[in-house]
Amino acid sequence: MHDGGRPVLEVQGLKTVFRVRGGEIHAVNNVSFDLKPGELLGVVGESGSGKSVTMMSLLGLLPSPPAEVRDGKVLLDGQDLLKADEDTLREVRGGKVGFIFQDPMTSLNPVFTVGYQIMEPLRKHMGMDKKAAKKRAVELLELVGIPGAEQRLSDYPHQFSGGMRQRVMIAIALACDPKVLIADEPTTALDVTIQAQIIELMKELRQKLGMAVIWITHDLGVIAGIADRVMVMYGGQVVEHAPVRELFGNPQHPYTKALLKTVPSVRGERVRRLTIIEGQPPILGAPPSSCPFRDRCASAVEECARRNPSRTVIGKGHDVACVLVEKEAAHA
Amino acid sequence: MLDAAPSKKPLVEVRNLKMHFPIYAGLLRRRVGEVKAVDGVSFDVFEGETLGLVGESGCGKSTCGRALLRLYEVTDGSITIDGVDIAALSNNALREKRPTMQMVFQDPQASLNPRMTVQAIIQEPLDEHTTLSTKEKQQKVYELMDAVGLNRRFAGRYPHAFSGGQRQRIGIARALALNPKFIVCDEPIAALDVSIQAQVVNLLEDLQEQFGLTYLFISHDLSMVRHIATRVAVMYLGKIVELAPREALYAAPLHPYTEALLSAVPEPDPSLEAKVERIILQGDVPSPANPPKGCNFCTRCPKVMDICREVEPATREVRPGHFAACHLHEITSQTAGATAAQREANERQHGE
Repeated sequence: MHDGGRPVLEVQGLKTVFRVRGGEIHAVNNVSFDLKPGELLGVVGESGSGKSVTMMSLLGLLPSPPAEVRDGKVLLDGQDLLKADEDTLREVRGGKVGFIFQDPMTSLNPVFTVGYQIMEPLRKHMGMDKKAAKKRAVELLELVGIPGAEQRLSDYPHQFSGGMRQRVMIAIALACDPKVLIADEPTTALDVTIQAQIIELMKELRQKLGMAVIWITHDLGVIAGIADRVMVMYGGQVVEHAPVRELFGNPQHPYTKALLKTVPSVRGERVRRLTIIEGQPPILGAPPSSCPFRDRCASAVEECARRNPSRTVIGKGHDVACVLVEKEAAHA
Repeated sequence: MLDAAPSKKPLVEVRNLKMHFPIYAGLLRRRVGEVKAVDGVSFDVFEGETLGLVGESGCGKSTCGRALLRLYEVTDGSITIDGVDIAALSNNALREKRPTMQMVFQDPQASLNPRMTVQAIIQEPLDEHTTLSTKEKQQKVYELMDAVGLNRRFAGRYPHAFSGGQRQRIGIARALALNPKFIVCDEPIAALDVSIQAQVVNLLEDLQEQFGLTYLFISHDLSMVRHIATRVAVMYLGKIVELAPREALYAAPLHPYTEALLSAVPEPDPSLEAKVERIILQGDVPSPANPPKGCNFCTRCPKVMDICREVEPATREVRPGHFAACHLHEITSQTAGATAAQREANERQHGE
């Protein structure tokens, strides 16, 4: 359904480094992916895996210093955002690319009304006058399912509940008909019943508006229900990437396998004992010269310490960065 | 029905527990109302079992857990732990009772004093409640660190030097220091990464077996509760709406809220995911300062009836050990005999 079409967003070899006291932290290492029009790409990983930093790097949202995007290309409709000046970036943010953040309380400004915050991008990017912007703001609030939209424009963020605030954030992100919507853990701060509401809303909006979405989460369940393709990140790099059914049905990287096993389900079989992944995620002080998952990997071999495997294609749209999988592919 | 059936002796008996927080307003700070965080809950926790307490944020589950250990002065009700009514004890008597009941907190960052070493943190309960010598205490701390899987060498370090999962282990070691019988775990894994969550849950299970502990496991994570709990209580807006053995609750929930809650949990298996019939609840949880008349859930319930807006449903034992507070089941349990007979007759007909 999303095949064909040129990608709206192409990221190649992205590298982001934080300069800290006494060294550097290599948060993103050589991340590449693309996003086709209308598709939903899920990005899964634990905290510190580099998933948020990757997305923030795309739009120059990281404070610099300490952050530094050291290498790579980010092509949005063919234009390299990493080479773009601040004015162009400002046009892109909230214009072609919408952003939804995790915590709707801290990402809305508490001293401005919700109406003002929705109208801001409309007036800045689309050059609407006050009246037109207000009309569009009401439409947007109705679109995201906020009752009494017209009255609520003059309310402040604290007058909304968590789920409603996240709806407002979505309305702001959608204000200028973005081609790409980046949602960074949009439902993590919400309760399950509210999370279900927001996920349902996003499915509906995608059908209506047809934008491409990057959905960052650590919750595999959310991804299974919503994504077309999934990218699993670990230690600042992509370890596995596959269409959603393929990833859950046929995971290849030991990390993906372990991650899928470690999460209990409310349906299906109940396991007597949870499978665990020993140890801690790594903090990378230097570009990794070995597989970052090696220390926690149950099937690690000696070769894993010698080099950092690159992504090997093993099926249609399915690639894995693992020494073992590489060997298997070579034999086949 | 209960696999690993615990001895049927209640260690903790909670009866009609109420925890109301006053709201003051105006220039004279007059009392204008109260937040009914916990509004009349009753349940037992049996010896050696894990009772899961689930619900969404603001439903009063944490308040309930804290009130149980009398970290708050309760508004009303009784809490009997190991034969003693905690709610009515004097402060001195309560202090002596504290070693039997401990708590593991949600945020390991906030619940450990950053200026104390791990040794000092784990040792503090021993200083307060025992007369052990310094050397004995040191030895006990080492044993506890072994039990929770922390390296003894790190006893002199400060909490900031540890990761989230390790900090939670420190908190668990501290809770274990006085050989408690009953531990309230208040969202012990909520702040941790998925791969670390399983480590802590497995540790809690091991310790339960090793020391014969009884847990109240408070969580909003329904899948983790299904894994760890023997029985599960579901709270909504200050009340327990359903309480049942784990398998019964997850396989056949009786209360419409439990049904909706379970259906809302995302499924990490796409083949199962396609089959999940999702019940999307409308709206948000009402304010506990101003709960609706009748059933607390009537504003969002997809199966709401007229009676729900008028009369508060009583908790009934619909099936053995399976309690629910819902008018739907008051009606069905009255006519349950009749319908069951009817269903059987129908099935027989279909069979032929």
